[in-house]
Amino acid sequence: MKKNWPILVVDDEVVMCESLAAWLREDGYFVDTASDGQSALSLAGKTDYAICFVDLKMPGGMDGIETMMELRRIRPEASVIIITAYATVDTAIQAMKEGAQEYIVKPCNPQEISMLVSRILKLKKLQSENAILRKKLTRQYRHHDIITKNPRMQEILALTQDISSLRSTVLICGESGTGKELVARAVHYSGNRAEKPFVVVSCAALTETLLESELFGYEKGAFTGANSQAKGKFELAAGGTIFLDEIGDISAKLQADLLRVLQERRFYRVGGTQEVEVDVRVIAATNRNLSEEVRQGNFREDLYYRLNVIEIRLPALRDRREDIPLLAEHFVQRISSELGREISGITGAALKLLIAYDWPGNVRELENVIERAIVTCHNGMLDEQDFSWLQHTPSSAHPWEVPDVSLGELERRAIVAALERKGGNVKEASAALGIDRSTLYDKLKRYEITHK
Amino acid sequence: MNALYLVAIGNVPSNVMDWIEHAATDWYPLPIRRLASMQIPEHAFETTRKQYQSVEFLKLLARSAPPDAARILGVTDVDLSIPMLSFLFGQAQLDGPVAVVSLCRLRQEFYGLPMQEEVLRERTIKEVLHELGHTFGLVHCGDPKCPMSLATHVALVDSKEDRYCARCGIQLVERFSAVEGGV
Repeated sequence: MKKNWPILVVDDEVVMCESLAAWLREDGYFVDTASDGQSALSLAGKTDYAICFVDLKMPGGMDGIETMMELRRIRPEASVIIITAYATVDTAIQAMKEGAQEYIVKPCNPQEISMLVSRILKLKKLQSENAILRKKLTRQYRHHDIITKNPRMQEILALTQDISSLRSTVLICGESGTGKELVARAVHYSGNRAEKPFVVVSCAALTETLLESELFGYEKGAFTGANSQAKGKFELAAGGTIFLDEIGDISAKLQADLLRVLQERRFYRVGGTQEVEVDVRVIAATNRNLSEEVRQGNFREDLYYRLNVIEIRLPALRDRREDIPLLAEHFVQRISSELGREISGITGAALKLLIAYDWPGNVRELENVIERAIVTCHNGMLDEQDFSWLQHTPSSAHPWEVPDVSLGELERRAIVAALERKGGNVKEASAALGIDRSTLYDKLKRYEITHK
Repeated sequence: MNALYLVAIGNVPSNVMDWIEHAATDWYPLPIRRLASMQIPEHAFETTRKQYQSVEFLKLLARSAPPDAARILGVTDVDLSIPMLSFLFGQAQLDGPVAVVSLCRLRQEFYGLPMQEEVLRERTIKEVLHELGHTFGLVHCGDPKCPMSLATHVALVDSKEDRYCARCGIQLVERFSAVEGGV
């Protein structure tokens, strides 16, 4: 039921009122009816209607326009659609001038009215989502948006708060998808650089030459295609923070250049001869074991120590399983709202499955898995079926055990399962169970198969 | 067990009633019975629109339902409408006992095309599943292939399949026990 968008139909003709209401109810809307203006106003006092259909001509008492004006006074956000039997320019102009969102001439094509209602509601949904997003935008990267009750993660959050206003370089280590960028943003946005830029550079995504000009900018004529001077990410981040993701992937030359920036806070643009000075906080991140890379000679030891002034090691999701239900619920709420799907939550059985899984892709994988389940879910609640494609890890695989129930109960469960598998088709369900249709009816009746 | 009754209102070919009985048997776990055909309620005719008010058909069905009727579905060949809408393929009481289906706009002939029995059969079954679904409390489904999706013109009926989507099918299963109540 689309209960969030109640509709009111106001018309003195009972058949007109009730038949339109019945038609809208078939579409899942909660619909009230009123036979005159006064009753409409009293209903609107109690319910925040999204749309009010109001007949223009109502004999005795308030007419349609008056009713509309009063409704708009009580419920300024409600969209009023004026219904009229004859299309005249005068009535249309008057209705729209007084604040009607639309006016329709009866009888109208079902498609016309269906599109009108969905167009108005789509707009209302966008308006309410916009309001939610605006609220979210202002608090997106604060510490309390990192969802955890894991003691180690909480220690990390306390640390990020403590270091937020320092200029020291931070190295964030952790597997892919553990939230390294989120932690970096949390450090930036809760410190004294929050008003300044937070610039992200993914070092693994670019070749050495491109990365160099990306980081330090270039002078006009530095290379073919350098038609004008361009600022690099270090300059763009002036006063703020530069987040160097996948730092373990940069070449030896760039390691040397970066070391110089960290030591001297100055650098040359590519092809440039003048030094540029910057005040930038560097936060680097890697999913590699950098100390091991240093031991193997792949990463400069001096740069490693320069970066590793403050080290944050993010645990893998499998090492903080207690956070899985919290994160899952959070993603369901956020993604279902973003996708406009009405999903109320996750069943206990589905959560068990998620907790048992090993999450090699960590929180990002969990987020993607929830998004996929929301897209394919059809019953308003994510259950085991919605995650059945998730690759089971050995710890989550359980052999089927015969439940400790009576034979009758076992039969009842088999019938319900067969009906569900066959989408409610009695003929197919009875065939799958190997019984005839009338036997299935007898059993449905005997077991009083009811709402779950 | 209370039954699902099918009844022709006015002249409806008997093979159409057979198709409907067959489709209802596939999906509804209650005895399906046929009543003798009824007269068209002529007072429902609107001369200006040359259509019949479907509400009057629903009232007629409610009055004529046998005591053991869990649901009663009327089938007619005349064109139906309600005051607000220019036409209806059918109408049902949401979660209520009565529903009516009109064959008029399901026929190719209505659109100036030669009669095609198979097309009429497919459309009729989809529309019957749609209206019966409403009587069991199902509302319109977002899946355009499901017979419970809203069809505002015949092309949308054609793009449906003749079986409920898994979600609507499961909702029906959950509601089977409620059919004992009767009209």
